[in-house]
Amino acid sequence: MATLVLLETTSSNLRSASLAAVTAARELAKHHGGPLVGVTIGAGIGAAAADAARFVDQVLCYDNPALAPGLAETWAPVLAAAVKDSGATALVASATSTGKDVLPRAAALLRAGMASDIVAVLGPRSFRRPTYAGNALTEVEITTPVVLCTVRQTEFAPAAPAPQAGTVVSKPAPALDTLGSELVALHATKSARPDLAEAKVVVSGGRGMKEAANFKVLEELADLLGGALGASRAACDAGMVPNDLQVGQTGKVVAPELYFAVALSGAIQHLAGMKSSKVIVAINKDPDAPIFQVADYGLVATWEASIPELIGAIKRVKDV
Amino acid sequence: MKILVPCKRVPNPELKLKVGGGTVDLSGTTWQVNPFDEYAVEAALRLTERSKGGERSGEVIVVSIGPKDTTTQLRQLLAMGADRAILVAGDDAALDADLVARTLKAVVETEKPDLVVMGKQAVDGDDNQVGQLLAGYLGWPQATFLSSIVLAADGKSATVEREVDNGVEARRVRLPAVATVDLRIIGKKSVRNEALAAPGAEWDDTQRLASLKGIMAAKKKELKEVSADALGVKGDALVKTLSHASPPARKAGIKVGSVEELVAKLHTEAKVI
Repeated sequence: MATLVLLETTSSNLRSASLAAVTAARELAKHHGGPLVGVTIGAGIGAAAADAARFVDQVLCYDNPALAPGLAETWAPVLAAAVKDSGATALVASATSTGKDVLPRAAALLRAGMASDIVAVLGPRSFRRPTYAGNALTEVEITTPVVLCTVRQTEFAPAAPAPQAGTVVSKPAPALDTLGSELVALHATKSARPDLAEAKVVVSGGRGMKEAANFKVLEELADLLGGALGASRAACDAGMVPNDLQVGQTGKVVAPELYFAVALSGAIQHLAGMKSSKVIVAINKDPDAPIFQVADYGLVATWEASIPELIGAIKRVKDV
Repeated sequence: MKILVPCKRVPNPELKLKVGGGTVDLSGTTWQVNPFDEYAVEAALRLTERSKGGERSGEVIVVSIGPKDTTTQLRQLLAMGADRAILVAGDDAALDADLVARTLKAVVETEKPDLVVMGKQAVDGDDNQVGQLLAGYLGWPQATFLSSIVLAADGKSATVEREVDNGVEARRVRLPAVATVDLRIIGKKSVRNEALAAPGAEWDDTQRLASLKGIMAAKKKELKEVSADALGVKGDALVKTLSHASPPARKAGIKVGSVEELVAKLHTEAKVI
């Protein structure tokens, strides 16, 4: 018996997004017994596997040039082989775009049940997860001997390293067939700001920002607080900001210490992605906007009038 | 080009969800097509359109698994322009993503489509699993979370763009494949079949509504009802739902009168700045 956790890496490091999965996997490993085993997949990831080993008892490292593009077609068979070879009864991943893409395919190969986007581990095969855009918390039980789950990053604290680093075991990849899929290009959004999913402060704008250039003032507020920029679907659809800034049921889920919702009405799909934030500030000129129902502090005002003043006032408080 | 579009009926997401006694009460809800699946139908229709002569080329088949009432949603999709529909009888409560995927696999093996296009997730269960499971069961390539899809002129591959955590990823996939779509798939230029539409072809920036003509035509289109047994689907769900509860409510907040007051509260009361 073992509990496996997919540890996503860069070429040299463990991705911080996987630290939530480690925390959940440690809880699950207590129920399943046996060691906590990380799985790293990629090409030229020896150093990253060593970094990842700080968090688990052992790392199974599948290092093969053909695994570089991160295709579910090749990664899912690797995960299935890792489960079978190690006799694992659980496989955990963070609900990143990779985790969401790969894990269900591995579930099909293993004929194992899977719980998506869990917020709590309740037992060896039972989990709590949000459904209906977060309007219900649902308890589910998996009936298969092997259980799979993806983990909502905001609900599990990032894991600290284990007292003793684990060993790295180099594993030959099983026969790899891309099924004709190939990576053409990754157009990564470049930003000096912290990652949206991990930022302590998030400043989001909505449809009321009207145009891309107006987000400058929200960027200034975000930078002043060392925060990340977010947006509603309407703002993304209108092309004001890149799509990967979308917060919501189908975008990023965030739970920062402080969330600013500016000129953003608060559709339930948006609330689903941010209502676990510790403190929510809503600034909207419409006093009846639904966003005020979840806000700790609401200010009825236009962004034009309030945000520059807010930036000045915060600078005075922070004495910068 | 034969395209299969699996569609789920979901309770109206804009209505307040009644959660109590460990269950979700859907007795008073209205049902509609999962928005992402509606976008998938729109994308599938676009892949059969805009040929030089203006005629469509290809077939769009919608399939759902659910109770008899689901015919209402399937008729709507036929009115939107889908060519025919299949309803596999099923009880919503007895299904999980795995059983849905295995049922769809049986439909795929019967219909032999060139492409399966579906929503990336249903807005009730929020699982985001079925497309990936289906591709895994079929041994087909998968292209998930798509914001665009362009079918090659020879109909043998597609170039897609995927919305991933840190940007946009472009991939090429061989057909047949399973594609799951994200919100932006209904952009003006997000979908194109190179065998039909010229570069630069544009569609409306939203999904189409059923026209009166479409609604009349839909009445004559084939809507076949089959049982999971007849498809040879065996076994139960792998994931059981035990109970539902309401999430903890946020405590009521306050309105502040000025920016100065807001900053003072954030500094001294909430201590977040």
